[in-house]
Amino acid sequence: MYRNLTIRQKQIVWAWAFLALPVLFYCVIRFYPTGNAIVISFQDWNLLGDRTWAGLENYRKLAADPVFWQVFRNTFVYLLLGTPVSLVISFVIAYHLDKTRFMHGFLRMLYFLPFMTSAVAMAWVWRWFYQPVPIGLFNNALASVGVPQFPFLRSTTWALPSILAPAVWAGLGFQIIIFMAGLRAIPRSYYEAARIDGVSTWTVLWEITLPLLKPTIVFIVVFSSIGFLRIFDHVFNMTSQNPGGPLNSTKPLVLMIYQTAFSSFDMGYAAAQTVVLFLVLLVVSLLQLRILRDR
Amino acid sequence: MAATDEIRATSDSLLTTEGPRRPANAGQLTRWTLLFLGGVLMVMPIAYMISTSLKWPHEVYNLKLIPEEPTIENYTYVLEDGRFYWWFVNSLIIATITTLSNVFFDSLVGYTLCKFRFPGRYIVFIAILSTLMIPTEMLVIPWYLMSQQFGWLDTYWGIMFPGLMTAFGTFLMKQFFETVPDDFIEAARIDGLNELQIWWTVAMPLVRPALAALAIFVFLGNWTAFIWPLIVTNSVEMYTLPVGLSSFGDEADVAWELIMTGAAISTLPTLVVFLIFQRFIIRGVVMAGLKG
Repeated sequence: MYRNLTIRQKQIVWAWAFLALPVLFYCVIRFYPTGNAIVISFQDWNLLGDRTWAGLENYRKLAADPVFWQVFRNTFVYLLLGTPVSLVISFVIAYHLDKTRFMHGFLRMLYFLPFMTSAVAMAWVWRWFYQPVPIGLFNNALASVGVPQFPFLRSTTWALPSILAPAVWAGLGFQIIIFMAGLRAIPRSYYEAARIDGVSTWTVLWEITLPLLKPTIVFIVVFSSIGFLRIFDHVFNMTSQNPGGPLNSTKPLVLMIYQTAFSSFDMGYAAAQTVVLFLVLLVVSLLQLRILRDR
Repeated sequence: MAATDEIRATSDSLLTTEGPRRPANAGQLTRWTLLFLGGVLMVMPIAYMISTSLKWPHEVYNLKLIPEEPTIENYTYVLEDGRFYWWFVNSLIIATITTLSNVFFDSLVGYTLCKFRFPGRYIVFIAILSTLMIPTEMLVIPWYLMSQQFGWLDTYWGIMFPGLMTAFGTFLMKQFFETVPDDFIEAARIDGLNELQIWWTVAMPLVRPALAALAIFVFLGNWTAFIWPLIVTNSVEMYTLPVGLSSFGDEADVAWELIMTGAAISTLPTLVVFLIFQRFIIRGVVMAGLKG
């Protein structure tokens, strides 16, 4: 039967034979669960008891939950601190690294190495750094020069930036490499023309380099924003005796989802939170693409 | 074709240090020194992790980077305990199988979407691409329920199944198969190869750099994956390295030199791989970053 088919028909058979298993996978492991999460978000279900329809109850509960608003705020603080800080640092390093010839590969390796580490492992290392005297490295260093102790993870004000630091640190290497690729893609003739015109380095940076780097900047902003909005590993592992503490001051949305679903087993409520996360990611990415592309 | 060459050229130029050599002046010297100090600062956490893992307990809180009497006692202790050994093996098995699966399926799907013309092609492509927008966290609850129903909790399959194929990998491979000339495929067809043979023996070898980039990303991602393995495993023997490390929870009764040893065990393999294949990996990051 196969022999009687035309070449075009044979191609269709082959294509669907190749796609059969993957299409099944995407339906069962991606699309069905997405729909399922949305359905569960309208139900009341604690995993052991019955599933009952709750309508918008979970969303109403969310809007009235002060912890949720604290968590929502924290999530955006991670985003609004993390994205600009890592963007500026990685650009400055990439810009200068790009102009450095001597031991270029070695320097690049130093900056890229943290990207290859595991977040959980490095969360432990940083957590050790942040401990009070006589354990923590930072406080020991401060003590040795006579500066008073810094609370780091124990302060409701400083715990969040302290957790953000290793997250920014781990991502810098990737952003630097992407920035350098973007910088190398700018045609040299632009710079040569600017040099002939005697334009200052600063003007070249603002008028040539940055505008031509816009696609790279858009990519890095969107990519790193998604990462900061979904922060979890660092928070969970640096505050593990009281995840998200002290006093929920470091708790991001993903951690709240994890606790609601797998500590309280309130599946409906947790599913509603995941829908909110999905919407936040969608809106933030679309807004960024819009704003950055138009300018 | 042109796009890949361009990216290859960009990533190659990243790796070479051509360009006019000017005599070093004070400005360049300052720039180099600052960059060097910044780089040293970047690797400090890793250096302290390794250094502490080689220290005796009484030396741990000493700020010195070089241990006075280096010891591998911590490693012997941690590995003899057995747990880290198991977690290492689990992580290795899971990351390896997931990587192989992604390399196989993502490129098969990418190739099909790129080189075949068939009804439904566009819909399948858009459908797969749209899954990029769905965050993993939205799927963990349904995945957990599914695993519970089918008895996948606390098994390798349970840890692996969500990541066996990725839209990112499929999209990456599709982009790269665009660079394989249709004439090659046509010629192979005339030679009497079937479509499976054409994909595997003609097209796949031509996109090897992309396959390597994909493999590196998937392996690193699964080696360090945390939230899903944390949810799906219950018994200590099924933990992966990150889940095992995080299970030490309370810092009050933590022996920091042993934790640092555990952290080093879970980080060193990827660092060593990076140091060996540095050029290759950086090129892969650029390709994946710009294409994906």
